[in-house]
Amino acid sequence: MFRYIASRVLLLIPTFIGISFVAFIFIRLLPGDPVIALAGERGMTPERHQLLMEQFGFNRPIWEQYLSFLWNIFHGDFGTSIASKRAVLADFLTLFPATLELSICAMLFAVIIGIPAGIFAAVKRGSIFDQLSMGIALVGYSMPIFWWGILLIILFAGILHWTPVSGRMDLIYFFKPTTGFMLIDSLISGGKGAFKSAVSHLILPTIVLGTIPLAVIARQTRSAMLEVLGEDYVRTAKAKGLAQKRVIGVHALRNAMIPVITTIGLQMGLLMAGAILTETIFSWPGIGKWMIDAIAKRDYVVVQGGLMLVALIVMTVNLIVDLLYAVVNPRIRVK
Amino acid sequence: MTNEVSPPVPIAAAQSSGRMARFSEFWFYFSVNKGAVIGLAVLVFLLLVAIFAPLIAPHAPYQQYREALLTPPSWQAGGNSMFLLGTDAVGRDLLSRLIYGARFSLFIGLIVVTIAMFSGVILGVLAGYFRGWVDALIMRIMDIILAFPPLLLALVLVAILGPGLFNAMIAIALVLQPHFARLTRAAVMSEKNREYVIASKLAGAGHLRLMFKTILPNCLAPLIVQGTLSFSNAILEAAALGFLGMGAQPPTPEWGTMLAEAREFILRAWWVVTFPGLAILITVLAINLVGDGLRDALDPKLKRS
Repeated sequence: MFRYIASRVLLLIPTFIGISFVAFIFIRLLPGDPVIALAGERGMTPERHQLLMEQFGFNRPIWEQYLSFLWNIFHGDFGTSIASKRAVLADFLTLFPATLELSICAMLFAVIIGIPAGIFAAVKRGSIFDQLSMGIALVGYSMPIFWWGILLIILFAGILHWTPVSGRMDLIYFFKPTTGFMLIDSLISGGKGAFKSAVSHLILPTIVLGTIPLAVIARQTRSAMLEVLGEDYVRTAKAKGLAQKRVIGVHALRNAMIPVITTIGLQMGLLMAGAILTETIFSWPGIGKWMIDAIAKRDYVVVQGGLMLVALIVMTVNLIVDLLYAVVNPRIRVK
Repeated sequence: MTNEVSPPVPIAAAQSSGRMARFSEFWFYFSVNKGAVIGLAVLVFLLLVAIFAPLIAPHAPYQQYREALLTPPSWQAGGNSMFLLGTDAVGRDLLSRLIYGARFSLFIGLIVVTIAMFSGVILGVLAGYFRGWVDALIMRIMDIILAFPPLLLALVLVAILGPGLFNAMIAIALVLQPHFARLTRAAVMSEKNREYVIASKLAGAGHLRLMFKTILPNCLAPLIVQGTLSFSNAILEAAALGFLGMGAQPPTPEWGTMLAEAREFILRAWWVVTFPGLAILITVLAINLVGDGLRDALDPKLKRS
């Protein structure tokens, strides 16, 4: 097992170098130079241009810039936003809880509905429930989620007035962000209605962000279950006279869940990297919105640092998923 | 597999009848799946709409009717039979724009999948065939692409290349290509040591011939399925880029861009928001239905059940 972990981690080194290089080279690939790109149509005097180039270190040799970029990253310095003058890492850490909270809720939504639906559809293969739920899953899988979000806003916020249109919390409530998770903070604050407000703000984004993972998980659970139900050990368990519940719940489910867990993990990694579309539609102050705002504002230091951080998250989560996979599936370790 | 020894006499005839037989076998398995057949029908319909857009569309897509801004669909109060699905904020006929939009979406999907498949398959074949450092290099590059969330990477690429439909297509193709590379590599690796490959190697076939004429045709089934999935993905991503203002630029009647333009009217004029999204959903759904059918028909593992 140790050798397996070591080989996995070693494989990450070239990927890490590649990722850092991509994030680094991106600013340098922009037409013109980054300072001019930042100035946009306003333009600037040659002296100021020179000064800024030196300040950001853009006039040094490219390999030197890259090494110092790497050096800084290892010291936790992901650059300073040109627009807000705040450290990229600090901004990231402030916004990340919002994204994390949303992605955990979305994944819970997807798992709680998706896995039982998939199991039930597989067990009752060909039934009306099977056809209906898989039909819905395919629609969910094909959904342009930015449009889905708008539809839900029209219905639940515009017509029914059940939920707010956007944001994380009503402005009338104010409390110190202790954990950064609105659900927990609002409970701690004890402000009447604050928790309710946090929940009502979360519902629509959770559904929108969870829709595609839900569809993927339901479909995959069903097909994994179908595959497992045809295996010899399931037939043996049935032949032994075990109850249907036990055969499905223990013998089949344990094995069917292996690929599903992988999918959940990989999806989670992508969700945590920021849900650009969902966060944009609901003005959710998370990583995705932060990145798209930085791109729109041409704040390329943020884009560079953000890309790096986001890729690091995806990489770490994928590594954890790989290792978990080896834990639940001993066949992998031996290879 | 395709390399069966065919009887020596009427080679051409045997080949064409073999092809027919294989197609009818494929169609037999494909048509079992009713959803797939419906999806295919919808897709063909959309394709015809796209091709004959100038003949079908009641109005020109850019024509503005200043006296009919935000007209509701014709069946609703205040609707006008001239504009079946209503008009947008500057008085353009929604139906006509949607019809022209089909051209963009299908074209985007086609081009993106072609680019992604072409480059991904070549890289995958090289990696799977040569192994060693070629394999390691190509696969690490693919890992790097996959370490970024696809939409974010596409957005950043478009920021470098400049917003626009063409650049968006290149960005999406680049993001989708690792899937083809990985799939091709795995398929090539499993075919590489089969007897027919060794036989043709012994007969003196060169690397290029072995890679692309001997091995590749036997790896096509999973690639076709992945191609359909990427086709629908490409349409979704392009629409998302358009929606975020980084894809096709207004006034192009691209569905995602139309949605972005309509965003401020969501509570006032439901039709300008609803129909473009519905068009995207129907198109993507049809393609995914076909994809599911193709997978069932081409996957030998499922055939036996």
